[in-house]
Amino acid sequence: MDVVQLDRLQFALTISFHFVFPAVTIGLAMLIAIVETLRWWTKRDIYDRLSVFITKLFAVTFVIGVVSGIVMEFQFGTNWSRFSGFVGDIFGVPLAAEGISAFFLESAFVGIVLFGRNRVGSTLRWIAGLLVFGGTTLSAFWILVANSWMQTPAGFKIVTDSSGAQKAQMTDFFQAMFNPSTLPRFFHTVTACYVVGAFFLMGVCAWYVLRGRGSDVTSFALRLSVAIAFLGAGGMFATGDLQTREVQANQPLKFAAMEGVCQTANGVPLDLIAIPPSQNCSTGTGLGISIPYGLSAMSDLNPNGQIKGLDQQPDQSLWPPVAETFMSFHLMVGLGAMMMLLMLVGVFFWWRHALEKHRWWLWLAVIAIPAPIIATEFGWMTAEVGRQPWIVQGLMMVSAGTSPSVSATDVTISLIGIVLLYALLFFLWIYGLTREIRRGPELAPGEHALAPPVAVGPHEGGVTPATGKAGR
Amino acid sequence: MSLATVWFVFIGLMLTGYAILDGFDLGVGALHLFVARNDRERTQVLNSIGPVWDGNEVWLIASGGALFAAFPHAYATVFSGFYLAMVMLLGALIVRATSIEFRGKETARIWRAGWDLGFALGSIAAVLLFGIALGNVLRGIPIDPDGGYRGGLVGLLNPFAISIGVLALGLALLQGSAWLVLKTEGPVQDRARWTGGFALFLILAAWIAASGLGWSDARRVFDNFGSLLAWAAPVLTAAVMVLMVMAWRARQDGRSFLFSSLAVLGMAATAGLALYPNLVPAVDVSRSVTIDNAHSSDTALTLLLMVGLIGMPIVIGYTAFIYWKFKGKVRLDEAGY
Repeated sequence: MDVVQLDRLQFALTISFHFVFPAVTIGLAMLIAIVETLRWWTKRDIYDRLSVFITKLFAVTFVIGVVSGIVMEFQFGTNWSRFSGFVGDIFGVPLAAEGISAFFLESAFVGIVLFGRNRVGSTLRWIAGLLVFGGTTLSAFWILVANSWMQTPAGFKIVTDSSGAQKAQMTDFFQAMFNPSTLPRFFHTVTACYVVGAFFLMGVCAWYVLRGRGSDVTSFALRLSVAIAFLGAGGMFATGDLQTREVQANQPLKFAAMEGVCQTANGVPLDLIAIPPSQNCSTGTGLGISIPYGLSAMSDLNPNGQIKGLDQQPDQSLWPPVAETFMSFHLMVGLGAMMMLLMLVGVFFWWRHALEKHRWWLWLAVIAIPAPIIATEFGWMTAEVGRQPWIVQGLMMVSAGTSPSVSATDVTISLIGIVLLYALLFFLWIYGLTREIRRGPELAPGEHALAPPVAVGPHEGGVTPATGKAGR
Repeated sequence: MSLATVWFVFIGLMLTGYAILDGFDLGVGALHLFVARNDRERTQVLNSIGPVWDGNEVWLIASGGALFAAFPHAYATVFSGFYLAMVMLLGALIVRATSIEFRGKETARIWRAGWDLGFALGSIAAVLLFGIALGNVLRGIPIDPDGGYRGGLVGLLNPFAISIGVLALGLALLQGSAWLVLKTEGPVQDRARWTGGFALFLILAAWIAASGLGWSDARRVFDNFGSLLAWAAPVLTAAVMVLMVMAWRARQDGRSFLFSSLAVLGMAATAGLALYPNLVPAVDVSRSVTIDNAHSSDTALTLLLMVGLIGMPIVIGYTAFIYWKFKGKVRLDEAGY
């Protein structure tokens, strides 16, 4: 592989790995904020115990997100120095703002959330929970500003600097920050993170019920997470619709690849499941289920409306990888539909007072824990693969953005190191989560779970399950 | 003073904030195996930095973001040029962070010993790499016409850069010792008093070595010290070091930490003066990355300055508040590792 391919592989690997953790932490931080608010308001012990439990799951995830995030912050410079020089004037602002306004906030107050239970008062603990939630969501906003500018650049001009290199220079802050795709992508991504968090807690609570370890805490948490997962799954379709329309308007080739439309036509069907078109569109979508006139009807609100195909761009070298874009998009939507179905059934059972009685549904809820995470990853693949071959849409090619002084050997070495280290991190994450989940939330005084929590011996300075004084 | 120069100072201050704050928890990591001999002591040491180390590390991330925004070419040149060193640095930071977080999760000896080692080696490696990178930047690097540096890892290991690496390690050990003396009691505190003394000697030795090696091998470092005013920084630093020694001997723990932090500030100011107006001086001076040729547009710099001037006082305010909330000696009976 040449150095561009290696750089891309490394970036794809590190970003896909990293994104799992912010998605989970943003979702869990939202749940912590809700439960902390209830605890602060009602002073009821059940919310205290639930908050401490979610905090433990949050803590294990947060640390992996932090360490894999440092790599992201520096990788623009290490592997994409020409890209960094080109976009720094615009891209750097949200990145710096993210550090100053969001990272400091969440990392400072996470100390209080995790270590302060006996050090600070009830109100400060609640405020710290809210600030961590605010910080995580704010950081999502800033990084999406930066990424959206790569998709739909705005508010800039191209200038030539003293060394003769071209670079983008900011002319209008608000146009650059709120470029056409910023808000639709922010809403869609952040809603996705909330769904990830809700599915996570829902699956964990379902597991407790299945294992006979249900308690007042899990019972409440199950209902809370079902409610949020249901609303969130609905929200995904609404924000997804918004975003797809934005893509159709601003990145028409990406849209054509997502929907597998080769030729511009009227009355285009909507492919639900299909074999994607070949890269040069010599064969179109085949062998699948489709809704006649569906895509035209959805996108144009007119069954005979015209949909622009990949052929709008005669130069095929400027097409994104069609099959990858098509498949990742359809897998995301398909997973989303299945999650929606699961939540409809869940809400129905809840309404019939039978949420904890249908074991098959509870098992599905357990299995569904990774579903929104995977769907989110497919969503990002759609967005990023669909932007190819551009690193900044229409302005700079991916191959023009790499670091001239970094060789293929260098990247191979770093790639091997990163794969090994990230495998360890992933193992540690799963281990840490499993450990906290097996211990479970504290029980109310006098309450007995059917299966005793697994006691990992409290050692000197270790953790004591009975008092929940575990740190991160 | 131009807007870009303001940003040179601002980023310098952010990096100094990082060096002071993460300096002490990196130092704690480097001292970990030595000052804490049994499991209880090691937990005590870890809990002393538990609520704050993550916030300290954000100073690095924010500085990186600010450098990217204000001087994209400097960010791009250094990070791509020092590629493998950067990757090793990131690896070291990852290993030490996971060591802090996962050590306490099992009681098996081998588990804890492994993470203890990871915490110590990761911290030491990170400090040395920071120092060596800074040493090379100060010395000036051969930059190719395309803006790249192709010296590789070996090219970074010159005597001057190594002496700066050792100096950085000495400062981190001093910061870590001062922190531990402040936050712990008993045998750990006693050993930290000893390591602080050792760190003072190490700093003195490295400072003399760096000056000598700089004169012979990195003469450009002295370029700005033709003016008497520039000497204020190293002279004041030396004065702070004397005060530090006096406070350390008098066991004035709070003052020791203050003077130690001021010493870091003084060293950083000296380095900043030696660098100005370059960000990454090149051997062929015409290829140097300077404040003038690397800065972002005034629009971006003004915006950033607003973000920084509004944001950083708030950050410093709540960071101070959190340190105050966790003030006093570490207690092992509460939330911790």
